Amino acid sequence: MALRELGSLERFLGLKKPNKYSTQGGKKVPVLQNNNGPALIGLVTIASHLVREAKRPELLGDSAEQRAVVQQWLEHRVTRLDNYAKEEVKVILKELNQYLEDKVYLAGNVFTLADILMYYGIHHIVVELAIQEKERYLNVTRWFDHIQHYPGVRHHLPPVVVLRNRVYPSGHH
Amino acid sequence: MKLYIADGNPHCIKVLAALDLTGVKCDIETVSHEEKVVPHLSHPVLPVLLLPGGQHLFSPNSICQYLFDVSGQAATDATNQWLEWEATHLQPAVLQSLHMVALQGKRAEAAAVMKEPLNWLEQNLSKKNTPFLIAEAVSVADVVLWAALYPLISDSGFDAGELRTVHGWFDRVGDLAACQTAAHKVLHGKGVEALKTFLQKHPVTHHRDSPTNNTEAEDAEHVMTVEEIEEAAQVWSAGLKGSPASTERKHPILPQEGKRNVLLTSALPYVNNVPHLGNIIGCVLSADVFARYGRLRGWNLLFVCGTDEYGTATENKAREEGLTPQEICDKYHAIHAAIYQWFQIDFDFFGRTTTERQTEIAQDIFWRLHERDFLLEDTVEQLRCESCQRFLADRFVEGECPHCRYPEARGDQCDKCGRLINAVELRNPQCKVCKQTPVIRSSKHLFLNLPKLEDELEQWLNKSTSAGDWTGNAKHITRSWLRDGLKPRCITRDLQWGTPVPHEDFKEKVFYVWFDAPIGYLSITANYTDQWEKWWKNPQQVELYNFMAKDNVPFHSVVFPCSLLGAQDNYTLVNHLIATEYLNYEDTKFSKSRGVGVFGDMAKDTGIPSDVWRFYLLYLRPEGQDSAFSWSDMALKNNSELLNNLGNFINRAGMFVSKFFDGHVPEMLLNEDDKRLIAQVCWELKQYIQLLDKVRIRDALKCILNISRHGNQYIQVNEPWKKIKGGDGDRQRAGTVTGVSVNVACLLSAVLEPYMPTVSHTIREQLQAPPTCAGAMLQAAGTFICTLPAGHRIGTVSPLFQKLENEQIEALRKRFGGQQPEEESVKAKTPSSSSAAVETKPSAGAAQDASLNVNADPERAKQLTALVTEQGIKVRGLKTQKAEKSIIDEEVKKLLELKKQLSLAEGKNPEPAAQKGKKK
Repeated sequence: MALRELGSLERFLGLKKPNKYSTQGGKKVPVLQNNNGPALIGLVTIASHLVREAKRPELLGDSAEQRAVVQQWLEHRVTRLDNYAKEEVKVILKELNQYLEDKVYLAGNVFTLADILMYYGIHHIVVELAIQEKERYLNVTRWFDHIQHYPGVRHHLPPVVVLRNRVYPSGHH
Repeated sequence: MKLYIADGNPHCIKVLAALDLTGVKCDIETVSHEEKVVPHLSHPVLPVLLLPGGQHLFSPNSICQYLFDVSGQAATDATNQWLEWEATHLQPAVLQSLHMVALQGKRAEAAAVMKEPLNWLEQNLSKKNTPFLIAEAVSVADVVLWAALYPLISDSGFDAGELRTVHGWFDRVGDLAACQTAAHKVLHGKGVEALKTFLQKHPVTHHRDSPTNNTEAEDAEHVMTVEEIEEAAQVWSAGLKGSPASTERKHPILPQEGKRNVLLTSALPYVNNVPHLGNIIGCVLSADVFARYGRLRGWNLLFVCGTDEYGTATENKAREEGLTPQEICDKYHAIHAAIYQWFQIDFDFFGRTTTERQTEIAQDIFWRLHERDFLLEDTVEQLRCESCQRFLADRFVEGECPHCRYPEARGDQCDKCGRLINAVELRNPQCKVCKQTPVIRSSKHLFLNLPKLEDELEQWLNKSTSAGDWTGNAKHITRSWLRDGLKPRCITRDLQWGTPVPHEDFKEKVFYVWFDAPIGYLSITANYTDQWEKWWKNPQQVELYNFMAKDNVPFHSVVFPCSLLGAQDNYTLVNHLIATEYLNYEDTKFSKSRGVGVFGDMAKDTGIPSDVWRFYLLYLRPEGQDSAFSWSDMALKNNSELLNNLGNFINRAGMFVSKFFDGHVPEMLLNEDDKRLIAQVCWELKQYIQLLDKVRIRDALKCILNISRHGNQYIQVNEPWKKIKGGDGDRQRAGTVTGVSVNVACLLSAVLEPYMPTVSHTIREQLQAPPTCAGAMLQAAGTFICTLPAGHRIGTVSPLFQKLENEQIEALRKRFGGQQPEEESVKAKTPSSSSAAVETKPSAGAAQDASLNVNADPERAKQLTALVTEQGIKVRGLKTQKAEKSIIDEEVKKLLELKKQLSLAEGKNPEPAAQKGKKK
């Protein structure tokens, strides 16, 4: 999973040569073998590395503050989204929904790596949501829809239909 | 910038150390563990750094990284990698072992948990050969890892093992003044002891797929006090004593002095249609849950309902099916009754409105209104067909549109130009039945003088809505009616199928169905018992609940109360008006004509048990807002909530008793864990009762699911299946856990009774539970008691629910998805089919729907409507002429394309139509 994600990220970043990855341990942590240095381990670490390699540092944030916020959501992705008990899904969605209430992207007004990795990581949850749940977490679905339509992001994941027109039944009697 | 920390919170060590080390200026505020600093997080999280820009950082590692970043040490691949490893690998292990050390005193086990991450650290450090993790100088990675390990490694009793390089590095970092100060500030030199409070409040999150120790569901953030827990445990242990014997229902049920007397009605379903799921959840099912609940609570309760049978629609249907109206009513009354029986709607009496009692009571109310001068006369111009000998309702006339000259305009609206028409304006009008030309006749009608009753109504409404439980939408709709001012409302109709108006001047007329229908509540009760007036003319003793969907509100809150107030006969008026919103079907609405949706009589054919239908509909109950039925969601809820949560718990509890204890409930010696569970369950039970008392049916269902969720976690953590194989102490534990669990299962059977009566009954049978247990636990505010004491023998336990497979659900979705809309509408346009009602022409309703949508283009829609109609006529013509198939197909294709465009212009989703087009 993480490997396909990194593949999609490489394509998004326009990196010419695809890297070779392996995984490590029971949790299948991705490993990037580097010719001129030690191997890099961990999704966030490798993704941040790729972004710098592609000379797109703005995707990691333009200021120290923004970098910290991006970092925080990347960590959130690998700690919370990759490792939760079933009953926590609602809490995760509720909190994210509230966070996104006044934001376009996770780091505020600019698109960053946090959006990409959070989108990849939350896709399997959003896919499973019932219509009414999608409506309940409206800010999440709005953000999700936005990111999945962001040029070049989606790649390996199927699109999710998140909004629908509501048709009200006319009165009966 | 401000940093929030808490005493004894291990995560604060690293941020304080990083702050000191980098020398960044920042205010520090110490708050309690409970303080919610970050607005969007539902649980308190600390430490938190409030950034100058107003954002909150709540990840300790990101805070540290930020502090290093602003002081000129940006993140590198190496620091990122250590921080990521710390967050994903080290931290979970550290928290788990801290729990073991501080709360359970299991130092050896704690060391085992830490072995793997510490070895990894040792390997990496020894490879590097630098004093710090990354280089010669200390970095953010050193601070973060050191602080994570500090409480454990500095604990004298914790044996980290032979890790020379790790110890060297650990001491080197720990020698930094910043680190020492930070550690002291958080732990006050008390070591792991200082973390106890924090650890108790932050249970360990196990890894994926294993239920967590104590993770509360979203809205259950209830924290128990010690007293609460003790009290719950005491009440529980006292067991089933002196509880009232369950009283048998004896008909006729009549109000009793000193009891809570509840009269409950569900809106009367109209007889000429098979009810769909939206109708069922809107009235009868919701009312049934509340009725069952009320009976369990020991209220003296009467639940009546019946079919509403008079009116134009019935006459119409009778003509369609070639039966008399009475035959139609008999036929559909039986269909309704059968459907409700299948859904286990437990009416005390299910009657009908076409009875003599109805005539008597309606005429009595009419005369009383007449005598008290609350009726007005007025003349209305109407079309009358002399050959059929009757006045024509709007939908029984066709003619030329006075505006656009379209020859087939209906009595209320022209399908071509869409304008509303008054039937008497039609040129060359025709009776739809006999094709003769009707004549204009003026007809005298009676009106209920609502303006004259308005003041009295308003006074009563103020009292009723403030003292009773009216749903928000009911109050809102009523208020908007009053705000617009009331107008006289016609109560008579020129029809035959109705309650005759007894007045000399109005012979040949019947009461308008909405004057008549609510009187059905009274007459149905009168058919149930001669002493019906003890319910209906007794507001002092009786509380009246009306259940309905929101479109029925004005008739129950304004029109009918005015009739009763004007009649001045001490009638019982509604105290609690419970209205639901609408239930949609998948992403569209239920439509009989398009075959979309599940109708009452089909639910049975799905093979899904009635209880599961009830559960899902109630889970979805449009309480407060519209909701949508979805097949995949139904499968999901069945599989996750019923099968994996509820069914799993009850089955496990029963199986343990059967397998490990020979079918006898074991001896129970409660420890703190057990008492806590009992208190949690008891709290959920009290919530359940509070919610159901307020008729919040859907919300109360969540409490039931929470109870079994608590139960599952309890079993998972205590592992009775392992303990049973252990020594005496362990076996004792297994017994207690099993005994408590099976008692929780018994409580579940009680709270499930209103929702899933069959399942509830099955559970009680399997557990051989005493018949009084449900009533006893649902008294007053609700008490969870040990109703299955040690030694009690249970019956045979078997699974309660079945998985709904994907293929099964897909097949059902296809079957009920309305796959034939196009064919049907094309068919309807052929002359062989006489029924005009199935034509899918845009009606006023469709135009309204479109106006809800931003993409809609009403102008274009109007043009397209005309084109669709024209093309429809063309196709119809070709078909009658038996034209060549290829030509017809060509024209049908054009028709479909137009319809698709029309859907788009109306802002609807054209998808189904488009797919259909391709398939052809």
